[in-house]
Amino acid sequence: MRKTILAAVAGLLLAGSVGAASAADKLKVGFIYLGPIGDLGWTYQHEQGRLALVKELGDKIETTYLENVPEGPDSERAIEQLVRAGNKLIFTTSFGYMDPTLKVAKKYPNVHFEHATGYKRAPNMSTYSAKWYQGRYIQGQIAAKMSKSGVLGYIGSFPIPEVVSGINATMLGAQAVNPNIKVKIIWVNTWFDPGKEADAAKALLDQGADIIMQHTDSPAAMQIASERGKLAFGQDSEMIKFGPTAQLTSILDTWGPYYIERVKAELAGTWKSEDSWGGLDSHMFAMAPYTNMPDDVKKAAEETQAAITAGTLHPFKCPMVAQDGKEVECKGGKTLDPGQILGMNFYVKGIDDKIPGK
Amino acid sequence: MQLVLEKRAERSNTIALISPLIAIGLTIATMSILFAILGKNPLLALHAYFIAPLTDGYSLQEIAVKATPLVMIAIGLSLCYLANAWNIGAEGQFLIGAVAGSWIAVKTQGTDAGAWVLPAMLVLAAAAGALYALIPAICKVKFGASEILTSLMLVYVADLFLDYLVRGPWRDPQGFNFPTTAEFDPVATVPLLIEGGRLHLGSIIALLVVAAAAILLGRTIKGFEIRVVGAAPRAARFGGFNANQLIILTFAVSGALAGLAGIIEVAGPVGHLQPGISPGYGFTAIIVAFLGRLNPLGILIAGLFLALTFIGGEQAQIAMKIPLDVTKVFQGILLFYVLACDSLILYRFRLVFPNRQVARGAG
Repeated sequence: MRKTILAAVAGLLLAGSVGAASAADKLKVGFIYLGPIGDLGWTYQHEQGRLALVKELGDKIETTYLENVPEGPDSERAIEQLVRAGNKLIFTTSFGYMDPTLKVAKKYPNVHFEHATGYKRAPNMSTYSAKWYQGRYIQGQIAAKMSKSGVLGYIGSFPIPEVVSGINATMLGAQAVNPNIKVKIIWVNTWFDPGKEADAAKALLDQGADIIMQHTDSPAAMQIASERGKLAFGQDSEMIKFGPTAQLTSILDTWGPYYIERVKAELAGTWKSEDSWGGLDSHMFAMAPYTNMPDDVKKAAEETQAAITAGTLHPFKCPMVAQDGKEVECKGGKTLDPGQILGMNFYVKGIDDKIPGK
Repeated sequence: MQLVLEKRAERSNTIALISPLIAIGLTIATMSILFAILGKNPLLALHAYFIAPLTDGYSLQEIAVKATPLVMIAIGLSLCYLANAWNIGAEGQFLIGAVAGSWIAVKTQGTDAGAWVLPAMLVLAAAAGALYALIPAICKVKFGASEILTSLMLVYVADLFLDYLVRGPWRDPQGFNFPTTAEFDPVATVPLLIEGGRLHLGSIIALLVVAAAAILLGRTIKGFEIRVVGAAPRAARFGGFNANQLIILTFAVSGALAGLAGIIEVAGPVGHLQPGISPGYGFTAIIVAFLGRLNPLGILIAGLFLALTFIGGEQAQIAMKIPLDVTKVFQGILLFYVLACDSLILYRFRLVFPNRQVARGAG
């Protein structure tokens, strides 16, 4: 008995030291996830990005992730745990991790951090995000062409600028087709809660919407639309298997190339703090195939996508009229400037609703 | 042959002492099997869970930070439960305390108000928590309403009230519409005990609360009353103890402690008021109270232990790439065994051979 214990302890020590030796050669890269990796939406896509990274650079790096990390005080500890475990480049993949990431970044100046969708940066903290509003504009155009009732249903998460700008882009795209289009918005105050998302989808359909759009992370709304024989747009990931006859398209987050690029920079010693905000042209996201729509709608969507990619069409082009009928100041010349889009806190004309708490 | 659970003539003190050890042993055995099935080295995994967090100052701090609200709330709850008053709504009292204390922080923001701010926040939070807990207590005493239901339902009221405040009137104007107040001023923040660390004054307050509860229960008439009312209500009545008065008192004390824990969490590790400030501390504290056998010292140990499984779970995720779900299974199994083993204090297993008895009876 004693021999077995001794052997086990020796094994334990050996395994520990072997682990340490191989880890020292490899760059450790950490990820903090908001949802479970199986959410089939936001976190799932980040996990796909991580897997792409491992596939490309797996012999040079070791990756670790923590999933289901709430956006509160626990996230600061989780980030710090990754630092203490020797991770040198850490991706924190939700808006609510902004302040905790910044706090930890200040404490560990030699570790590099990458925060998704935020606006605070530091010499060792980058931000990265995508111009999803471009995809929303295309979706708005499709929605207006496909809707019979002229009412779109929109499931919002939190009324932060990213989500508000998505609603505006959708409406601008839709108004370009049908100036009288209406949108109903339900805020579920969560990024991931399939039960709440499904309830919101049902409520929107009951209120006369016939197309569901969402800024939340699970495929629950897609399933509801599918059950009711209505149409919907997926979010973050390919959701067609949850609504084979319902999904029109989906904005696909494609983080893999970005993660690979940043880790390569870290390996080469050329990592710099910067703000990456890519659109369709830089492949930060992609559109899922256009399905469940007539050919002419599909063709129009493809043309719009090509125009946005080429830069000839900008969803937030001037003049833009806000909800109160006043024209929005045009800081970017012919379009709104990035600051106006990233801090967007108003609805465009034609939305009969108000931003919660405003 | 039949295995029956039979009530012991009196509680077994030996089992009371060793039952947590049996529970931990069984948990380790079960988890080792699970880890082996997952293809992980069980020894390494258990090391990551139980030993690694205890070996460096940083993790020890984190354990203390995590245990602080749990211990404070559980101490208050234990007084209620000892007195047969069932406060299930500590989560709500925690949130109301956080809201009440934050009110001062929000209103004095940027005014350089002075050193009175934090003490005032703590006092107001405790008072608000106590008042909030008195609602179910008074409903119980005056109308006979089940305090279990009313205190639980008030959790959701508190939750939504907090939600409303941070989305509306108290929202940080510079916060890009995210539902949160601005960061509290330094005078409205619980001071850290170690520069650059996370351990804060709240942990000391929690220890003081534990000591006070130990003295109250062990050395004072009030403590004796609480225990007698809970253990032998009839005897307490004959002794002239007023059970209703004790319900009011224990609810108020536990509400105050939960409220205090709430503001300490918000003005400490969080730094601002936002939804989701509690990952269910008020409910987890119920487990802590019972794991600690409603005994102040036991609660301190149970709170630290639960915090350890939490921090250890995270480290196991990092070091061993063990999924989060396994951590949750781990905690579940542990609680299951602890409760199961506890039943052995009052009960014992006995083998019964019904056939033979029948045969004997016939003969």
